[in-house]
Amino acid sequence: MRHTLPISAGLFVIVVAAACGGGPPPPPPGPDPDSLAAAEAEEQQVRDSIAAEQAAVRDSVIRDRQRIEAEEARVREDLAAAEREETNNVRDLLARRVHFDFDRSNIGPDDAAILDEKLAVLQRNPDLQIRVTGHCDERGSDEYNLALGNRRALAAKRYLTDRGIAEGRIATSSMGEERPIAMGANEGAWAQNRRDEFTIISGGGTLKMPGM
Amino acid sequence: MKRHVGLGLFAIAFAAAPAAAQDTTVVERGGGVRIGITYQPGVRPGMLILGGERGTALDSARTIIARDLDYSDEFEMIALPLGDSLTLSIRPPGEDGATGSFVPFVNYALYAALGADFAVNVHREVDSGVVVTLYDVQGEAVRRELRIPNLDPDARGFRLRVHRIADEIVRAVTGVPGVAATQILFINAGRIYRVDFDGHTVEGLSTPGINAMSPTWAPDGRRAVFTEFDNGQGSLYLLDLDTGRRRVIPPTVGSLNYATEFSPDGTTLAFARSDGEGTDIYTYNLADGCCLQRLTVGGFSDNLSPTYSPDGRRIAYVSTRPGYTQIYVMGSDGTGQELFAPFQYGVSGESHAPEWSPDGLNIAFDRYVSKVSQVFLMDVGNLVVRQLTSLGRNSDPTWAPDARHIAFVSTRTGSKQVWIIDMETGRVRQLTRLGEARLPAWSPRIAERTN
Repeated sequence: MRHTLPISAGLFVIVVAAACGGGPPPPPPGPDPDSLAAAEAEEQQVRDSIAAEQAAVRDSVIRDRQRIEAEEARVREDLAAAEREETNNVRDLLARRVHFDFDRSNIGPDDAAILDEKLAVLQRNPDLQIRVTGHCDERGSDEYNLALGNRRALAAKRYLTDRGIAEGRIATSSMGEERPIAMGANEGAWAQNRRDEFTIISGGGTLKMPGM
Repeated sequence: MKRHVGLGLFAIAFAAAPAAAQDTTVVERGGGVRIGITYQPGVRPGMLILGGERGTALDSARTIIARDLDYSDEFEMIALPLGDSLTLSIRPPGEDGATGSFVPFVNYALYAALGADFAVNVHREVDSGVVVTLYDVQGEAVRRELRIPNLDPDARGFRLRVHRIADEIVRAVTGVPGVAATQILFINAGRIYRVDFDGHTVEGLSTPGINAMSPTWAPDGRRAVFTEFDNGQGSLYLLDLDTGRRRVIPPTVGSLNYATEFSPDGTTLAFARSDGEGTDIYTYNLADGCCLQRLTVGGFSDNLSPTYSPDGRRIAYVSTRPGYTQIYVMGSDGTGQELFAPFQYGVSGESHAPEWSPDGLNIAFDRYVSKVSQVFLMDVGNLVVRQLTSLGRNSDPTWAPDARHIAFVSTRTGSKQVWIIDMETGRVRQLTRLGEARLPAWSPRIAERTN
């Protein structure tokens, strides 16, 4: 397309030179090849400019679309990040441990507050299923501690099912004293080890924060 | 204490009185609980292990037998300050020792002067085997002669073969075999291990990296059952100790099962199962592969840790009803459930881990005393309870087949380790020296394979 213009100019020069030449016979009536060429050139110019314009429009449309898509992606990412953060926050809430007195499985007031948070999470996320695992400190018979851990897991489960959560959404198990999180033979370590842990079985991909 | 012997050869030191009975503080408590063991030193027969011929198999066998006899707690072991240089046999000049031509020279007067009632000599048999002779010093006669043919100290089973000889020596003196040819299963870092009676040969049995629990022996001493945890559940596995092959026990898949014990006839497993209904005792007929049966229905209480009476008719177990964990008893079909160990409100602490003694006379269990668990015994006949331990936290007792020794877990030196106490002398020894050792289970006497 860029070559079109110089070629048209050349043709014009030839036409002028011919007109200045002496004594040629008058051109026969009919289409004048020179004006035809000029018209074609003009037409070509128009077509070219239209094409250029169309290209420019197309480019700008593409740019706009890309910009919009980038924007959308950013928004989506922000949303996903917010969702992830929310999910993570809910998971942190779920992971908070409940603790017990020595050789006991009853839920104290502080721990009831922690279970209330989990209750709200389970209510807000109906597909969520969790497992409660009871643990003990290292004292006493190892096998009794498995039963004690089971009782501790059931205590938390019962707290939640008594408040309307379906039985099938909460599995329980016990690790007795087999998985301590704090080492040492002192009350500080023992108190940390007498606990329920809460893990997600399913439905935890995206989690909604209660009240949001 | 030192004493010069007429021969002027040795200064003889007698074995110190057996390791002081550390747990024996005799205290009268409320509720008829008597603490401790009354230990009378010096009433046991003196036992002298004679030196003599050297050789790898001989030295190993002599060392193992000497330790086994010591650990039997039946004897006052007489230690010689110069090791085993007290020689029994005098080699005839010019004879090649390897041919086994010895003329035994038994100096009963010397052994008697050393305080020995019995003497044991370990010497070579012609066919590379070993002969162990037990001398009755007072009667000046050979009491028993035991042969171990083709004794190869590098062969598998060498130590068990020697342990059986030691047990026969104990039988020759007391009428009841020793328990040296036994092993103890236990847990270390979540894995099941087996160790010989003398603390030798520690061997891992369960899958490394998978938490296991509750090892128990079949009455044949050839198989064991234990729990392996998987994703919050615990299935029971039956392990053939000869072949190493194992299989899962089907009705225990998908739930948490533990605290297993075989019925004395070996046909039935009793165990605890924890699920959404709490913890209860079940039985399963392993011989026929059928008939899972629930023996207890706890509701809000837990029932666990079953242990059969030796006649198989009764099961003692732990129940948390009515809020105080105590030892109960029932028929082996689950009927007639009742409190077993007498309970005094405010006095009897929570009680766990009962094990019925092989002679049927006692139940060993652990019970909290001021929030610290201690090992107790209950006389099944008169229901009198006495406390065996007092140092550190002590739990999970298991009986030796002689109904005289108990292995248990103790923190007396810091970490949880398995210790053994002799009920008659109060002598205590440490069996394991690992990071941590728990849940011991003492085997029956392990017979030699006949096939």
